[in-house]
Amino acid sequence: MAKEYWRWTEYRWTSPDVKLNGQQYITCGIDVGSVSTQAVIMLDGKLFAYSSMRTGSSSPESSQKALTWALEGTGLAQKDVQYIVGTGYGRVNMPFAHKTVTEIACHGRGANFIYGPTVKTVLDMGGQDCKAIRIDEKGAVKNFLMNDKCAAGTGRGMEVFADLVCVPIEEVGQLSLTVEKEPPPVSNTCVIFAKSEASALLEEGWEVNKVLAAYCSAMAHRVVSLLQRVGVEKEFAITGGISKNPGVVKRIERELGLEALHPNIDAQIAGAIGAALFGKAFLAKGGK
Amino acid sequence: MIANYGYKDGSGEYFIILDTDKCDGCELCVKACPEHVLFMGEDIGDPLRDVPVVLVTEEHRKKLRYSCASCKPSKEVKNLPCVVACPHGALRHSW
Amino acid sequence: MITAGVDIGSKTVKVVIVKDGKILSKVIMPGGRKKDEVADQAFNEALEKANVKREDVLKIVSTGAGKKKALYAKDDISEVGADAKGVLFYFPNVRTVIDVGAEEGRGVKCDATGKVLDFVINEKCGAGAGSFTEAMSRALEVKLEDMGQMSLTSHGAVPMNAQCAVFAESEVISLIHKKIPKEDIIKAVHDAIAARITSMIRTIGVEQDVCMVGGLSLNVGFVKSMKDALGVDLLIPEDPEFIGALGAALAAQG
Repeated sequence: MAKEYWRWTEYRWTSPDVKLNGQQYITCGIDVGSVSTQAVIMLDGKLFAYSSMRTGSSSPESSQKALTWALEGTGLAQKDVQYIVGTGYGRVNMPFAHKTVTEIACHGRGANFIYGPTVKTVLDMGGQDCKAIRIDEKGAVKNFLMNDKCAAGTGRGMEVFADLVCVPIEEVGQLSLTVEKEPPPVSNTCVIFAKSEASALLEEGWEVNKVLAAYCSAMAHRVVSLLQRVGVEKEFAITGGISKNPGVVKRIERELGLEALHPNIDAQIAGAIGAALFGKAFLAKGGK
Repeated sequence: MIANYGYKDGSGEYFIILDTDKCDGCELCVKACPEHVLFMGEDIGDPLRDVPVVLVTEEHRKKLRYSCASCKPSKEVKNLPCVVACPHGALRHSW
Repeated sequence: MITAGVDIGSKTVKVVIVKDGKILSKVIMPGGRKKDEVADQAFNEALEKANVKREDVLKIVSTGAGKKKALYAKDDISEVGADAKGVLFYFPNVRTVIDVGAEEGRGVKCDATGKVLDFVINEKCGAGAGSFTEAMSRALEVKLEDMGQMSLTSHGAVPMNAQCAVFAESEVISLIHKKIPKEDIIKAVHDAIAARITSMIRTIGVEQDVCMVGGLSLNVGFVKSMKDALGVDLLIPEDPEFIGALGAALAAQG
């Protein structure tokens, strides 16, 4: 089978410190994106366990699989989870969820959890969309913008490039930073046209790292213009799969003149964390 | 809360900017739009809020340039039916 | 008077040689990487076919995205201007031209002399032109040439949410998983592009007669989708891909 360069590693995690101990609120947030699905389990608003895997062709199956995997080895059964909140693209098709909440609100809350009350601007670069969110110190949304029409600046766009240059997607970012001199960005925003442009550059003799640098640069530039529409206020943080791509992250920071906060937990699960926190809020409000 | 619905692609930036703090749910804009681009629904940024606010339908978010084209064939056209209908100035177009 | 027009598009290069209002020869070649070399080759081939010597060609005008690559051309005209002139050669009553190429979709309003009154271009987005059908033909594993016929046999309507060629690929794959017949998916693809192009044309106004040219006008399924979306009949010239080059050659006639 041909190597699939776009395929990133799936994973799960259980907290080494937080233990099942008669907590009052056992909630779960499941973020079903078009590319990846995350399930997060929280006990009284503290991170207990989570999983991240590729979304299959069926959203309900993916959400169930992610939840089962997150629960694996924790000693907690699905029936003991009091409130499940679904979010993301596939939230409308999650039969076992108690409620669904939009990803904008979930990412706001999730970013506030991961980065703390100082974060005011969140950029989420997901598999098939790009979100710019301004939040207050509690994680409530003040201004937002979501772009899911165009693949430029999304994970799918990056996957197309990883495939084109035959570099595993997890290495793309680092590789793009190894250029001596920053090349001009690809002139086409459109992934389809940028791909042809990149093929031409490769044929002309450009090295792979240079082509990747040109693309990451174009992607960063586009994303920054979306951010500027909602306005950028410190502190600034990035969530979503592409937050793990230093090639794009560094270039965004350069253009904004602002460093992004570094998460001490996986920022790809921000949406699911927010969803689990909303679960706790709904339970506290009366469990409706 | 300010909500920006629409997209940016290679050809430009097309967003409808809604200020939900100014929206009181009167629905005049929804009725003014000939293409049914707008509707009343749950506040996307605040799931705990009960009052419905104006939103752009999911279907139209991705093709706003084309959805609004009948009222707004070019950048120069202002005074769109939805914008004029809103008594609180909660709506505007980015292009 | 013998003149020539060369249209250097994003995918192909077209050359037309005209003498006193008659077409002597037409040549089309895949563009490849070195557009100036291909433009040269195409021109030489056109000369051979027309049985005409280079020195007999009084003026050469170029058009298309790569118009500057035709080093032998004396002048160049805009693609919308070339479209208008080229179409009027076949249909003198056309006032609206729709040109859907590989990377760009254009709408042109013209008068009886071929003067451009207004135009609209959908550029820089792969979903508004032929690149969309190309991407879909790959996702569906269907030959691009077969897409037109197949979409005509479709009976069902399938909504297509994605407005981007890259996302549409994933959407198409999930539709195939759901066992939706390929013909229906292809029709949805054609309808989606037609809807976009039609909205765009409406911004300059649809005035009959309406003519469609460009690579995508060879796709019978897409043509039907366009007719349905526009609600008017569409005139399509023979060899619609040569309209740009023809228009340039006619412009060279003065």
